[in-house]
Amino acid sequence: MALALQTFSTVKDANAALKATGTRYLGGGTLVVRAANEGDVSISSFVRSTEPSQSAITVSGGTVRIGASVTMAAIARHPDLGTLTRAARAVGGPAIRNMATVGGNLFAPTPYGDFTVALLALDATVSTDGGDLPIETFLAKRDGSHAIVTSVGFALPPQGGFRFLKVSRIKPKGISVLSIAAVLEQAADGTVSAARIALGCMADRPMRAKAAEKALLGRKLTSDGIAPALAVASEGTSPTTDPIASAWYRAQVLPVHLGRLLLGQVAGMETKA
Amino acid sequence: MELRKNYFADQRKDDLHEIGQPRPRSDSPGHVTGKTAYFADRNFPGMLHLKMVRSPHHHARIRSIDTSEAEKHPGVVNILTAKDVPHNVYTILILIQIGPEDETVLADGKVRWKGEAVVAVLAETERAAQEAAAKVKVDYEVLPAVFDMEEALKPGAPIVNEYHGQNHYLYDSGECRKVRFGDVEAGFAGADHILEQTYQSSPIEHAPTETTGCIVAPEGNDRFTCYTNTQAMFFTLDNASIILQMPGNKLHFVGGTVGGGFGGKVDVIVEPIAILGAKLTGRPVSFIYSREEEMQISSPRAAEKVVIKDGVMKDGRIVARKVTGYTDAGAYSRHSPYGAQKGAGHYPGPYTIPNVWIDTYCVYTNRTPSSAMRGFGVTIGDFALEVQMDKLARLIGMDPLEFRFVNAYRDGDMKAHRQPTEGAALIECMQEASRAANWPVAEKYMAMSSYAKGA
Amino acid sequence: MAKVPVQFTLNGAEKAEFIDSGTTLLHALRDKIGDTSPKGGCHQGTCGACSVIIDGELRLSCLTLAETCNGAAITTTSGLSEGGVLHPLQRAFLDAFATQCGFCTPGMIMAAKVLLDHTPNPSRDEVVEALSGNICRCTGYEPIIQAVLTAARSNSQNAA
Repeated sequence: MALALQTFSTVKDANAALKATGTRYLGGGTLVVRAANEGDVSISSFVRSTEPSQSAITVSGGTVRIGASVTMAAIARHPDLGTLTRAARAVGGPAIRNMATVGGNLFAPTPYGDFTVALLALDATVSTDGGDLPIETFLAKRDGSHAIVTSVGFALPPQGGFRFLKVSRIKPKGISVLSIAAVLEQAADGTVSAARIALGCMADRPMRAKAAEKALLGRKLTSDGIAPALAVASEGTSPTTDPIASAWYRAQVLPVHLGRLLLGQVAGMETKA
Repeated sequence: MELRKNYFADQRKDDLHEIGQPRPRSDSPGHVTGKTAYFADRNFPGMLHLKMVRSPHHHARIRSIDTSEAEKHPGVVNILTAKDVPHNVYTILILIQIGPEDETVLADGKVRWKGEAVVAVLAETERAAQEAAAKVKVDYEVLPAVFDMEEALKPGAPIVNEYHGQNHYLYDSGECRKVRFGDVEAGFAGADHILEQTYQSSPIEHAPTETTGCIVAPEGNDRFTCYTNTQAMFFTLDNASIILQMPGNKLHFVGGTVGGGFGGKVDVIVEPIAILGAKLTGRPVSFIYSREEEMQISSPRAAEKVVIKDGVMKDGRIVARKVTGYTDAGAYSRHSPYGAQKGAGHYPGPYTIPNVWIDTYCVYTNRTPSSAMRGFGVTIGDFALEVQMDKLARLIGMDPLEFRFVNAYRDGDMKAHRQPTEGAALIECMQEASRAANWPVAEKYMAMSSYAKGA
Repeated sequence: MAKVPVQFTLNGAEKAEFIDSGTTLLHALRDKIGDTSPKGGCHQGTCGACSVIIDGELRLSCLTLAETCNGAAITTTSGLSEGGVLHPLQRAFLDAFATQCGFCTPGMIMAAKVLLDHTPNPSRDEVVEALSGNICRCTGYEPIIQAVLTAARSNSQNAA
């Protein structure tokens, strides 16, 4: 069967069309057009929606909502989303960032999906036509998901409270060896009062490092303070082996890079207000 | 850029007008305006697209091939298997009498590497060809495979390629290419130090931005024009002529600008089957590798293993060198018997060593066939040799550059393969490098010359 | 096979074609319209050889469906020179030996043009970043980086 594109003006109609076999939702094209070009004959029809809300970014009262069709480039240049610039710019090169969408990134398989790592640390909510899901639940169920993502929402972390690191062999544009995002809250004495750490490339999709998060509570962000967290950083991980890195290598370097991120030893990283 | 004219000034007239002068490339205006024509910048009405069904196994017997469902797929025009290829078993270096023919255009009864071409599908669109290729059913009996050169050379290893009968190329000199010069064991016996080291490399893909491919158009008079990005035009024409059993005058090959080659486009892979497709259908045929095929199917540089044993004196002289080189050809010869042979000629390096023993093996494994790439047969060897030179210098506590001056070959020195050295310039290059890199060496080395010893 | 109409401007000229639905812009430009300056190097968004400018933004034509470009203004490298006069980037690429096989060149020039359109005097790092989605296997990038910096300087001199 030849390929075809069906365009709908509402998410609802596009969702209905996606029930047919062989259909795939078209965001920026960096995943599904690529798959079709490479000979994935299970795809026979692209479906897209042009509903304007999917392309909107709203920031109000410390809450952010990003439409699923918003591109990485649009996030990177948005004046109120400076916190996320680093994560948005971690995706692809300039042309890819003009095409790749937030919605698509949620479905990107390892070693892609760096921006989703950031969203996972931010504990975002993923909205579909059928309702809202916490991102962790969404990611766990994404393979069977047919509902079009309409937007993601999250609370903006306090200034300096969000950290992101992508480790790649080629700079400035390289595929991830791994990526790490962290949202940290510190008490007045500098001890960590809340922590969410998300990892990319340490499983087939972004995951939380819950053992490390727990081990950070009540600790200071010093070499000694973070040592217990680093010791359990790879708990629950099952890193992949691909042309970028072996599972063994990823497991070995994870604590090193997590340590650098927590200690603020990453070039260009702003951890202080 | 600076052109030093003081070296060898007596050997040439100082009348160079082009060398040392920047000159515009004649192809640049086409490149920067997007007007340069590459082979794929053509589109013929009614052009068919060829997609290959490839082996998912490293080593397997083919029990049966069923193309019946694929033939019924909308848009499919023809499906080719081994029986359609006039001279299916070939080897490219047969043109210079390096046999035996050991590779199939389309697999016949057996596959020897993962990705080997088995069935060619010709369809109206790329998409139809992809869909039909997915419907071809091949029944395989998986066989034990061998991926490591040392394992492949052990008795009892699975035989990779029956046309050779054993897992190495058989040279006229026996199981390997050999160089024997002086008495290497006596050299080791008299040496102050012995250093034996093993160096290994992995296959390297050329990864040209333009993938391998060709477009073939029937001219309507039993003649076929093949637009190709081969780096080896007449070599490809002659091999296509053999494979298709067509006289060369029926084949018109058109080359032109190649979008990156680096040696990766010298095998004869896409042209014969595309011409055959055009002949059997009477339609133009396009066969262009996908990026995945370019990375996984096209020949890489061979993996190599080099074992170097050197005897060295405290004063810096290397008195004996024994090298065993292994070139991983993968499942088929292609250019690798030649690459391994080049290694044999190259391993003494640009150094004068009185006692040399070299064995180089071309080994068959169930890996992607390797072939040419920028200095194949010598590049990995040079890496190994020069790392070895640094280690030797360290071993005797000598400056690594001075150590190379002591051993550099000079005019009149006899090389291990018994060609007297002529036109050597290593000494002068190192002298200039010493200045340019601000790496000073003793005055006696700066006073040396390639012309004569003891100067 | 359903044909669909597409209409856009290519280097300022109106283009209209009927194409198969689902056709990539790269395919439409090369095989329907006959502009072969964008190249297909990987068809997976990795090499950048197919880069074109759509409504001022750098895009990969191999991953863009032609139907989604209706009404758009598309620029390719073949449209940069005017009246036989090379664009400053083309001139700089030619003079700086920034081409070897030439296959990546049209995409490189597109990426560089978008950069200079927004950042007339880029730093070296900005040039490297702007070209980071385009692969060159011949030059080692340095002559290309230098060509873009040279073109930026010649632009600013012309403007002064």
